[in-house]
Order: sequence, then structure tokens, then C-alpha cells
Amino acid sequence: GCFVFKPSPKKRRVSQKTGNDFQERNNDSEDTELRFVTCQSLWNQIKLETEQIQEDLNKQLFDNLISFLRQSHSEFQEKTTEWTCQMKSREIPTAALVLGVNVPDHDLTFRSVSEVLQNNITPYIALLEAKDCPGIKNLMQKLMGQLMDCYIEEDSLEDEDCVQVSQKRISCSMTSLINWYESVTKKTDKTPSKKRTSTSRHWQSPPVVVIFKDMESFITKVLQDFIVISSQHIHELPLVLIFGIATSPMIIHSLLPHSVSSLLCIELFQSLSCKEHLSTVIDKLLLTAQFPFKLGEKVLQVLINIFLYHDFSVQNFIKGFQLCVVEHFYSQPLSVLCCQLVDAKNRVNSLSHDQCENVRRLPSFRRYVESQASEKQVALLTADNFLKEIIQKLLEDLHVYHENYVSVLRCLHVFTSSLPKYPLGKQIRELYCACLENQVWETEEYESSLQLARMLNKSDLVTMLQQCVEIFVSSSGKEFDKTVEKLKEFLTQFQKLEEAFQEQDVSVSSQKDLQKKTDLYHLQKTLLELKESRRSKKLTKFEKLRFEVVDYIDSLVRNYLVPADHKTLHEIFYFNSASVLREHLNAAPRIALHTALNNPYCYLKNQALKSDGGSISNKAPDICIVYKLHLECGRLINLVDWLEAFSTVVTAVEGPNADAASSDQVDDIIHARFIRAVSELELLGFIKPSKQKTDHVARLTWGGC
Amino acid sequence: MSRPEGKGRGALEVKFVPDEEVLKHIADNAGIKVRKDKTQLTVTVKRFVKKLENISDNEAQEILEEKNYVAALGICAQDPVENGSSVSGSEVYSFQTPKRSSKMAELASELAQTPGQSVAPDHSESPEKTAKTPQSSRHTFLLIMHVFSLLLQSKKKEFVSTTPYRLRKRLAAPDTYLESESEYSASCSEEEDEEDQKEVSTGLSGQKTPAKTKAASTPPPRNTLAKKTKEDKMSNLVEEYFEAHSSSKVLTSDRTLQKLQKRRLNQQTLHDLLQKAPLAYAAEIKELNQQHESLFSKWMLQLHLGFNIVLYGLGSKRDLLEKFRASVLQSSVHLVVNGYFPSITVRSILNSITEEVLDHIGTFRSPLDQLEFIIKRFKEDSSLELYVLIHNLDSQMLRGERSQQILAQLSSLPSIYLIASIDHINAPLMWDQAKLSLYNWLWYETTTFSPYVEETSYENSLLVQQSGSLALSSLTHVLRSLTLNARGIFRLLAQYQLENKDNPSYPGLSFQDFYQQCREAFLVNSDLTLRAQLTEFRDHKLIRTKRGADGVEYLLIPVDDSTLTDFLEKEDEDV
Repeated sequence: GCFVFKPSPKKRRVSQKTGNDFQERNNDSEDTELRFVTCQSLWNQIKLETEQIQEDLNKQLFDNLISFLRQSHSEFQEKTTEWTCQMKSREIPTAALVLGVNVPDHDLTFRSVSEVLQNNITPYIALLEAKDCPGIKNLMQKLMGQLMDCYIEEDSLEDEDCVQVSQKRISCSMTSLINWYESVTKKTDKTPSKKRTSTSRHWQSPPVVVIFKDMESFITKVLQDFIVISSQHIHELPLVLIFGIATSPMIIHSLLPHSVSSLLCIELFQSLSCKEHLSTVIDKLLLTAQFPFKLGEKVLQVLINIFLYHDFSVQNFIKGFQLCVVEHFYSQPLSVLCCQLVDAKNRVNSLSHDQCENVRRLPSFRRYVESQASEKQVALLTADNFLKEIIQKLLEDLHVYHENYVSVLRCLHVFTSSLPKYPLGKQIRELYCACLENQVWETEEYESSLQLARMLNKSDLVTMLQQCVEIFVSSSGKEFDKTVEKLKEFLTQFQKLEEAFQEQDVSVSSQKDLQKKTDLYHLQKTLLELKESRRSKKLTKFEKLRFEVVDYIDSLVRNYLVPADHKTLHEIFYFNSASVLREHLNAAPRIALHTALNNPYCYLKNQALKSDGGSISNKAPDICIVYKLHLECGRLINLVDWLEAFSTVVTAVEGPNADAASSDQVDDIIHARFIRAVSELELLGFIKPSKQKTDHVARLTWGGC
Repeated sequence: MSRPEGKGRGALEVKFVPDEEVLKHIADNAGIKVRKDKTQLTVTVKRFVKKLENISDNEAQEILEEKNYVAALGICAQDPVENGSSVSGSEVYSFQTPKRSSKMAELASELAQTPGQSVAPDHSESPEKTAKTPQSSRHTFLLIMHVFSLLLQSKKKEFVSTTPYRLRKRLAAPDTYLESESEYSASCSEEEDEEDQKEVSTGLSGQKTPAKTKAASTPPPRNTLAKKTKEDKMSNLVEEYFEAHSSSKVLTSDRTLQKLQKRRLNQQTLHDLLQKAPLAYAAEIKELNQQHESLFSKWMLQLHLGFNIVLYGLGSKRDLLEKFRASVLQSSVHLVVNGYFPSITVRSILNSITEEVLDHIGTFRSPLDQLEFIIKRFKEDSSLELYVLIHNLDSQMLRGERSQQILAQLSSLPSIYLIASIDHINAPLMWDQAKLSLYNWLWYETTTFSPYVEETSYENSLLVQQSGSLALSSLTHVLRSLTLNARGIFRLLAQYQLENKDNPSYPGLSFQDFYQQCREAFLVNSDLTLRAQLTEFRDHKLIRTKRGADGVEYLLIPVDDSTLTDFLEKEDEDV
């Protein structure tokens, strides 16, 4: 079943081909090389950024973990002299690392954990996975293999004369592990020169860390045995366990009986939540002018939905993002301009005529042309040089737009995120989606959030304004000096108001004192009066100011948060084909199969197959007819009936004279076609042979027409 | 999504149910056993109608919910390109009311009756259709009575009862037009007649009508009134499911292929016959394939960027992948794995990588070791690149958890590029999140409509006479190499087995009896020699031993009777 094909060595291509693939299809347009390079460099930047984010976010966790390890380790250090008599407890220090259900992300976390530990605590780290350890023997083998490997690695760098131990010959037992550990630590003790170099990072006798990546899927017996055995030797071997847990820490106790879990001294560590991680990623990748590439609203929505509804995996989100980048650069010839502004301006100058035509074909650019004066229109459509100038200007506009956009969006988010019920969403990503989708100020949600903002109390308002000032000050946009001034002015006004209010407060409280006990009727009456007076009452100074602030924010939003697809040339930067993304990332194979079987016209554009309302023509391919017939059956299908029904349909299509021949004489070819169709259905998993009754097949699906 | 327009209005339909009706329901429930009563029969029918309405209401509800979810997923984005895949889940996965066996014949004749014209067999059709279909199926009914009278003789009553049921099902669609209303009443009166007819036949045969049994056993619809909660829908689904799967009774005809006077085709003749049959819609299929072929360079790009590609969709993707291989991969090292091959294992895949790609001589203790070796080699040598094409990654042999784990780990190597195809409807269930992230799939829909020629050729279909000739020739070959005595021993066993071929619970010949017989025929002189002989047979897979309940060893020849007869005849000729 397996065939290897090897080309003759001279024919073998060297690995410069990735760029070629990019080129192959797009031979019609130029700049493919450049586009590919841009794409790659952009992607590499993004990748670095995401790794950085992950590292930063995990820092806290790692610090905790390191201090835990040091502590457990120091105990061992102190007791090394008299451990035989003093250490009565046999508890193994254990860190339970709760990582959440986003399993795809765990791998990266563990990789960085082991890296960090390697650098800070100990060279002796073993990463174990459940699939490698079906038995305690395999586990020990794996463990010793990893430990001794890293030991050899460490040594071979420093002194060559170390005897290469072939790990396979050593019997895998705890004793040999302890012997190994003793020899290793002794050696470091003996050679002071090396000790100095290594103790700068590691302690004298560093602990042995064993990481169980997916603790839940380990066979409990194996885990129990390992814990029991190693707890016997904890005196001689400073072992530390780390459990990777996807569900909840309770799992330890349900997996391990009390007698075993009492041998562990467990400390819990919680990794950061994947949602937080995602919002940081979105914050750093999308809500920044650093990367020219942007996601359209639909695309972002699809990615976020895959995250929220399917896997909670940030890695998958980033993978989707990568796909977007690749798709964008692959399908959009103008994406060559999707780079930093300075480069883009240079590249505009060297655009070919074809590319200029591409620009002219952009819908957003056409809209722009239409809005211009007629002589300018002609120039735009005919003179390439003039066009290039305009493009440069437009690109600059877009750049400025992006810079401002982010700050204003954050500012708006400061306001909306603290409103009750969050009409515009709690997370900034929701707000971002809303703003990308259409003009946010036309939505009901925006209206209601403004309404709510007009009812904010003073202290909240002041803190929000302060936050906004900070955002604008730190933003890269140049136009915000005035805005900052204005906001600061608001703040000072609030300050002034405070003093004025204090006097009023006294009077209000005194008024309240006057209200004595009263019956329901009177209460109602006074309340009504109060209401009347409030309605008629002029706005207080504070209220006026509050209105002003909200209106100002509103004006900012209207100015700066224009949706991207209203901007000229947005196609260069925004990737908008959500369908492609969904097709490739979140495919529905079963639905595709269903459509093909029920409505072959979707794929085979033949008029004979055309039918209305989800039904099927009798000229459909054999498998469709057979499928349709089988839908009419219950659990079991009689093959003879099925065959007869099939031949009825097929003969009716082929000629009316076949009717007279009746069903007994089934044509061999039809028989053969039927057999083929049935075995195809079997391959697809709709039916299987059944022994319940002779010549019957069992249906495996229920329903489905 | 053709349904929502039709059903949307029905979602809010509130049906008034008079007290009598309710009482009838209750009475009916109690009186299931006394089914001879005519009024009750009509009640059941009515109940059926109502239930159907109920279902369609629920469906509308379901579709609404579906829509919400779909909208939430962002799938609602109006992509005209995607109309094909916007089938909502409810259509694909929904449970439905059980169906009777004769319906297949019915549908067949319906399809046959209207050549060139499309027929909508399900209730999701347009209202115009609703108005006119009853007539056509009435014709259908007559036709079927005519053509399939043989077939239906035993099932007549059932059939009579199912046709109106289907009509009602159509008519029960919420937006019934005026014409259909009149049709409805008309068919209703006919229904009464048929019920009478049914009465008579029931009286005559005194036989139980399974269709009715089922109808009666359906629990009454929970609430015909407005609030249709999701739990209600769920419970309905559950009930329907168990209704269909509870009864051990199978409502299919008893006809077998043997009675069809039809010789079983063997693989070769089948192949020849299919060669003769022209492939339908060749031009369109070609066009589809060309569409897919235009993606080749994109696939290469994405493979190089660290994604792996999986192809799905109806039709064999073997040719497509072959073409991909021939056009793009000619100048690089690649491995083709025919997953549909019945004896493929992960081990053989790993072996071909280590032995042929990496030129490593030596064996490994376990696939895991081997995998580790491969990973190490690929990591050390960055110039190594390997393209792996797997036809049918979801085949019987490869779908196991461990195989998938190993393949996933292989595919996660940056210099191994995997492109695979899947066909089984449940194939995506093979992968959990961890494996999916290792595979790093990009999904491509490549519906080709080409027949699965290679893929199904290894399948053990009921309809194809498999291995008969093969077994016979191997039998004769093996036996020819044996001594005369050994042949005699085997003959004895074969004859004994043929004598007992009518006994369905024939356990085999017990060793003691067999020994006795052999001694009597002077074939062996001790049970040790017999045992030695049997071991030889067993090694050639000519016999199988089974330990019975009493601990006695039974011997069986695992070949079907006809082959065995053929064999004995041939032996006789030889002697």
C-alpha cells in the first residue's frame, strides 16, 4: 500500500521553491516576488510578536513556579547532611498546573516552561506524554532516556572525556536513576571549576523535574505506581513533579486514591485564561498601527467565533491569522503596497501599468474617482503618474486614519466598557467588530450607550476622562494635542464644580432631614412633586458639563471611527473574504456530502439535473438515486427491493419500453451500477452489511433527507 | 435552505384543541390494544396528522434556532458562492418519523413516473407542489399496485396505509392553499374508504399490521398548544429514535438475492460491466476536476508554509491526488499511501519512510521508537523533505487512535508535507483537538463525483461474489502438495461438513469423532499423527478449531458450502 517515489538526484529541486509557488498562478500580474517577501517578513514579525506576548503573559506563572521549585529544592539542600534521620515524610513536591481546555496551546506553554526551568533551576527535566507511557516500564525508559540525554549534552559541551553511557543497556529502574544522579552531582562537586560555571545558574544538587504534560490521559495505574515508587526514593533523589491539567485540580483526587495522593505535596498554579490571552493578542496585533495588514469585520468575526465556539485555542486563532495573511497576499495583487508607509510610497513609484489598472479597478477607488471633478477624473483614469501621486496621498491618509482610529476606539471603549449591560460589548474586540461593520453611531446600541453615558456619576466620569487623556497622550497620532487639551479642560471644570457642589450638598442633606415619617399617600404626593420639580428644574452645572463631555466623545467617534470600507484603497490592507477562511478552517464535510447527494446540480451544472426545492431529478448520478432511495428505508434495507427500485428508476429514464420488461430481468449493467453505488455508500459510511437478515444492509444514519 | 420560507409562518401557528379531542387522546392511549375499533383507527390517523404538524412546527423552531447559531458563527454572511454549503444542520442531522419498506418502491416509481421532471419526495417542497402531488402519487399508487403486486402482496395493507399518510404529510405543511385544502378533504374521504378496505383485509388475514402498531405506540404529541420549547423537541426526537430502534421486528420484505435468479457477479465481471457503462456527466465532472486542479500551486504554497491539506467531498479524490503528484511532485521525494488497501498499517508507512526515504537498515522495537527515529533524522537534516499523499486517511486500517496519533505527529514535522483525502461521513470524529493542532489542517472541498473504483474494490460487498474462486484454487494448490493420507483426512472433514450443511448450528466435527473416523479409514494410526496433520492444515488456514462449551475441540473448514462442493467434485475428477 505504500509507494515511495524518489526523483533522480540531479532533478531534485533546491528549496527556493516556496516563492515559485507564489508565482506560478499569478504569472499575469507582477511583483509576486516582492509580494511574497513582504508576506513572509510581515508574518515573521507577527509571529515574533505573538511569541513575545505569550512569554510576557506567562511570566507571572513562571516566576511562581520557579520560586516553588527553589523552595522545595532548598529544603532538600538543607537536609542533605542529615536527611536520613530527619526526613520522615515522603511527600513529593508537586506543582499542579491548571492550563485550561485549550489543549492546542499547552504544547507551547510546556516548551517555554522547560526552557525557563532549564535556564534557572535545573538541567534535569523530563517531559512525559501519556501516549508514550502505556506502562510503568515505558515511563521509566522515557524518563531515563530524557534525563541522561540532557546530562550527556551538558557534559559534552564542557569535557569530552565523559564516558558515553548507552542508555539502552542500563536497566531502567529507580536504583540506576539514583546512581546516575549521584554520579552526576558528585562529579559537579569534585570539579570546582565547573561548579562555578554551573552553580551560577543551578544549585549544587539540582532537583529532577518530571513534567506530565497531559495528566488526565495517563493510565492511573502507571501514574500511581510511579508516584509510589519514587516516593520511596525521595530521600536520595530530589524529585519534583509538574502535572499539566486541562480540566480542574479535582481531577488529581479522582484519578489517584488517597493513599497515593497523600504522598504528594501539591501546590496549585493557574495559567492565564485563554480569553485574556486572546484579547492581548488582538490588542497587539490588530489594534495597532504597527502592522499594516488588517482583518475585515467578517473575517475577524469568524476567527473569534471559531475561538469561542470551538476550541478556545489562541494557537488556532494565530493560525487563522496566518492563513489570512497568506490568502491576502496571494489573492490581492495590490497587496504589494501592504507594508510600512515609507516602503509603500517607494513602491508606488515603481508600480507597473497593469498594477495601476488594478488600482483603478478597486471599487473604493472608483467611488473616489466619481466624487472628483471631471478633469481630475480623466487624469486619474489616464495618467499613471498622477495616479501614483494620488495613491501616495491616499495611503498616507489611510495611515493617519489607522493611527487615530486605534486611540479613539480605546477611548470609546473606556466609556462603553463600564456601562451597565454593556450595550456595545464588554471586550474591546466586540467594539472593534461593531465599528468595523458599519458606522457605529447609527446603531441602536451606540445610541443607548450614549444615553447611559449621560447618566454616569462624576467620579466615574472623571476617572474615564483621565484614562482617555492617558490614551491620547501615549498615542502616536499627531492630531490629538487639541483633544488632550480639551479633555484636560473638562477635568479642571469638574474640579471646580466639586468645590461648588460641596456647599450644595449641605443644603440637600438638610432638606432630606426634613422628611419625616409619612404615610403612603403623602409619600406619593411628595414624590410626584419632586418629579415635577426635577423635570422643570434647569440642568445643574454638572449635568451640563456631562452632556458636553459625552457630546465631545460622540464627535470624536464620528470623526475618527469611520468604518474602513468607506476609505479609499482599503482593499490593500483589509482582508475580507470570510468565506475562504471558513471553508478552510471550519469546514463541514458532512454538509458538503449531503449537498452533493441531494442536489447534484450544485456541482454538476447540467440542466437535466436542475430541480427546485431541494429535490432530486431521476437523471441524477447513480449514487444520488441510490442514496435517495435508501432514505426511504428504516433501519434495515432489503437489497433486492433496493435493486428493483433502482432499476425501475434507471430504466424509466433510459426508455419507456423497459417498463414492459418488468423488474425480473434486471439488466446486468444496471446490476453492476447498483453494486457500485451501494459499495460507494458503504465506503461513505451510510450503510454496512448486516447479518440480522439475509441480503440486508443496515442503515447507519438516521434521518437526513 | 429551502425550508424556512415555507415553514416560517407555521412557527407561530396555534391550534385549538377541543376537550373531546383531548379526551379521545387519552382514551386512545388506553385502548391501543383494541385496535379493531374503527373510530379509533381514524383517531390515530388524525393524531398522525396532528403530530406531523407538531413536527413541522418544531422544525421551524429548530430552524430558527439553527439560524441564530449560524448567525452567531458568522456563517450567515451572504456569500453567493456558498449557497451549496449553507445547508443547515437540522436538515442533515434531524431525526424523522420512521419509514416503511415499501416507500422505497414508491419513491422509485415516483421518480420513474416523472421522467425529466423533478420529484420532491420529502415534505420540504413548495406549496404549488403540494397542490398537485396528491394526484400523481395516486397514479403512483395504482402503478405500484400493478407493477409490484408480487412484491407488495404481503405488504399491501401497510402500503395502503402509508400512501395517505404521506399525502397528509405533504398537506400538513402549514401554508396550505385553497386548492390543497379541497384536495385534503377529498383525500380524507378516500382515506376513509381505504380504512374500510383495511378493515376488511385485517379481518381476513387476522394479521397484525406493523404500521399501525407503530402508529399506535407513538406517544401522543406533548402539546399542540403554542409553547414549543426545545426540550419538547428534544424529547420528541428521542422518542422517535427509540421508537424506530426499539422494536426488534424488522419491517422489510423477505426476498433474497438467490431467489432473483441472478448470478452473483465477481469482481472481474463487475469491472468489465462498469467499463461498458458510460460515465454520466463526464463533461461536468471534468470541469469540476479542472477547478480543483487550478488549486495545485496554492496547495504547494500552503504545504510549504506549514499547513497540511485534507480533501473532502463526494467522489473519488484518488485521480485528483494522482494528478497533483504527477504534475507538481515529480521532482521531489514523495510517499503515496493507499489507505483503502486492506492490509495497510502505520508500521508499513513508517517502514517505507525509514527504509526507503532515510535508507536506514534495521528494525525498531515499536512504532513509537520508529517515529522518534524519523523525527530525529528530519530535525537533524533540514535538507530532507518528504511529501506524503494519503488516499483515504479514514480507512478501516488507519482510523485507529494510535495510528492517527502517529500520523499526526509525522505531519507536524515542518519538513513533512501531508496531503490526504477523507470520505467517511464521520471521519472528522477521528481527531480531537490535540491531533487537529498537530495536523494543522486546511480543509478543501473537492467534490468530484468520480466513482470510487479503487477504493471500493477491496470492500467485501454482499452483492459481489468475493474470494470464491480464490479460495478454491488455493485449496487445491495446498492439498496437491500434501500426502495422499492428508488429502484423505481433509476429504473426510469436508464431506462431514457438507452432510451437515443444513444444520445452522453445526459446531464442527469434534476431534475425538474425527480421530475415530480417520482410524476407521486407515488414514492415521495415532492421534499424534492426526494432530500433526491438523497443525499443517491450520498453518495453511484450511481449517479452524473452536472450543465448544463442553471444552471439546471442534474442527471447521472456513469455506462456504458451494466452494467446498466444487472442491470435492474436482477432487473426484482427479482421483
